[in-house]
Amino acid sequence: MAAKGYRAAARRTLERQPEVREAVTRATLHFDQNRERAYDEVEAEAWRDWAAATKRHTLSRLDGYLLEAEAQLTARGAEVHWAEDAEDAQRILQELVERYGVRRVVKGKSMLSEELGVNEHLERLGVEVFETDLGEYIIQLAGEPPSHIVGPAIHKGLEEIRALFHEKLGTPPDAGPEVLAAAARRVLREAFLTAEMGISGANFLVAETGTLVLVENEGNIRLTTSAPRVHVALVGIEKLLPRACDLEVFLQLLARAATGQKIGTFVSLIHGPRLPEEPDGPEHLHVVFVDNGRTSVLADRTMHEALACIRCGACLNACPVYRQTGGHAYGQVYSGPIGIVLTPGLKDPRLADDLGYACSLCTACADVCPVRIPLPQQILAWRVRSAERAPAAERLAFAGYAQLMTRSRFYKLSGKLLRLAAPLTGAPWLPVLGAWAAGRGALEPSPKSFREIWEEELNGA
Amino acid sequence: MRVCFFVTCLADQFFAEAAADAVRLLRALGVEVRFPRAQTCCGQPAYNAGHWDEARKMAAHTQDVFEGCDYVVLPSGSCTTMLRAYSPRLFEGDRPRYDAALDLAERSYELVEFLVRVLNTGSVGRGLAGRRLAYHHGCHVSRELGIKEEPVRLLEAAGAEVVPWEADQECCGFGGVFSVKNAPVSLAMADRKLGTLSAVDALTSADGACLLHLAGRAKKRGLGVPVRHVASLLWEAHRGG
Repeated sequence: MAAKGYRAAARRTLERQPEVREAVTRATLHFDQNRERAYDEVEAEAWRDWAAATKRHTLSRLDGYLLEAEAQLTARGAEVHWAEDAEDAQRILQELVERYGVRRVVKGKSMLSEELGVNEHLERLGVEVFETDLGEYIIQLAGEPPSHIVGPAIHKGLEEIRALFHEKLGTPPDAGPEVLAAAARRVLREAFLTAEMGISGANFLVAETGTLVLVENEGNIRLTTSAPRVHVALVGIEKLLPRACDLEVFLQLLARAATGQKIGTFVSLIHGPRLPEEPDGPEHLHVVFVDNGRTSVLADRTMHEALACIRCGACLNACPVYRQTGGHAYGQVYSGPIGIVLTPGLKDPRLADDLGYACSLCTACADVCPVRIPLPQQILAWRVRSAERAPAAERLAFAGYAQLMTRSRFYKLSGKLLRLAAPLTGAPWLPVLGAWAAGRGALEPSPKSFREIWEEELNGA
Repeated sequence: MRVCFFVTCLADQFFAEAAADAVRLLRALGVEVRFPRAQTCCGQPAYNAGHWDEARKMAAHTQDVFEGCDYVVLPSGSCTTMLRAYSPRLFEGDRPRYDAALDLAERSYELVEFLVRVLNTGSVGRGLAGRRLAYHHGCHVSRELGIKEEPVRLLEAAGAEVVPWEADQECCGFGGVFSVKNAPVSLAMADRKLGTLSAVDALTSADGACLLHLAGRAKKRGLGVPVRHVASLLWEAHRGG
């Protein structure tokens, strides 16, 4: 069996799928440049300060805002459900599928639904599921999870998509992007018109008005939430915003951070199911508030700020580590810097032992996060927790290192030893040094240490 | 003006001549330089690996060694960041050590930063005329301390051309323990840096660790990229004109 974890998966990706690195680098640099330009057009620093403060305020009074949202939603005719974990959410979905006799579901892009294993669960129930975001549709055809929060298929080049569509949808082997998009559209139009249920996520949920807010560029979410007779929205409990006017900044900041747009092409503000006098919209709206580990993150004094995340993907785009492999190597729903911070908190702290090192601590992510999550500090905090569980050899090595470095006589001696032993450091079997030398050659210390030069030449000069 | 020179363990062993050049340059500019012999390592390797008990021991040792120095100057952006931004976080529960960390932070400067911001040096000399250089911005010094323009300005003032480089502010992939724990990714990052580099007379930086990693990678791949620490180039600029 193949070795598990980020470390092994990253190595495999680089060795066996070099085209992923190329596609992901190209896409993320493009996103990141657009974000930078879009930030420069406005007073982004002030917006980020304000957004960060608003999210932190909301999280500090989350219970109150959730109850307020529930009351508003219920008053407008929506049914509100509470799911503690994935199993709970699946049970709620199953109940709704049975209640409405659902055979076909269309879905808008939702990372939370990935967390909850919605597609697999519905398929087990015999329900046909269509991802309707083009990127999501591509990876559904390929049988893969999303590799990026905003661009789920950015790891795939045009050639790969062409081959996939040729095999699954019968498009010509040399079809251009327009032909491929038209083929997907044909399948998805049919699905929109025949599905009994649409499932979406939520970008924001306004407590004051009970407004469900969805942002997209393709129009598929608007169809998902309005064409079928039942709409189910899966909402992480951290998605709350206090007031409708908070959207003024958040809608713009989300779009600028994610893709460099001024605002998403489609913004849907949903207030409830169709009213008697309205011509369209779903007959039933169900909002499922999901915890799935979020309250544990909220209770963590160091990590709670990660719940401010608005899933823009800017930290992934800025991350030079993410760029080398894309998101699949992380082996989790959330990848990149935010994935490293959130995943161990949502699932299991021990995941940080491996994921905590999917980071060079370059701090580029902190520079771009629209809600100023201190990602590098949090990643380091996970490493501090992991260090307690580190292998004995690592703990001994650092203890010895500290002993050496607090005794200058030993330190000087070790410098001499380094010079004597340097030619041997290229041996690939050596622990640590072997891993260094394999890609970079043996260590080449200066012929004389600075200390020696100081004593011989500089001291008293 | 008197400064204590903190050579840093990595420069002591791997960039000894560049560190000596830093001392020569400071002295040529009229600065009195001392070298406290008990100095070792700032503790950053342990800090970044999450072994904070060990990092605290080294950081405390460093505080004691440099107590009473007016200025502490380091030929390393990353180690300077350890003293300035990270070390205080180690002592959040220990008031005297926390205060000492803040005190040391206030007195510590990366070499180029010291030349530009404390000595107000606009030019160290013209000895790099006609040289084509690429400047790698170390992550910590550029993002945490905001030192981006200073080194480029000094090199240009010396007559060098600092070439545009699309990846100049991207992480080189060193990252301390990251470089061995996730070596393939670390190397892929170095390859991205080296792959976007145009032909230059030297690749330079204020961070020896990044240069060690990039130089090793370039050599392993048979790329002829000469690597010079910025301290050596600035000393050359001074001597040559």
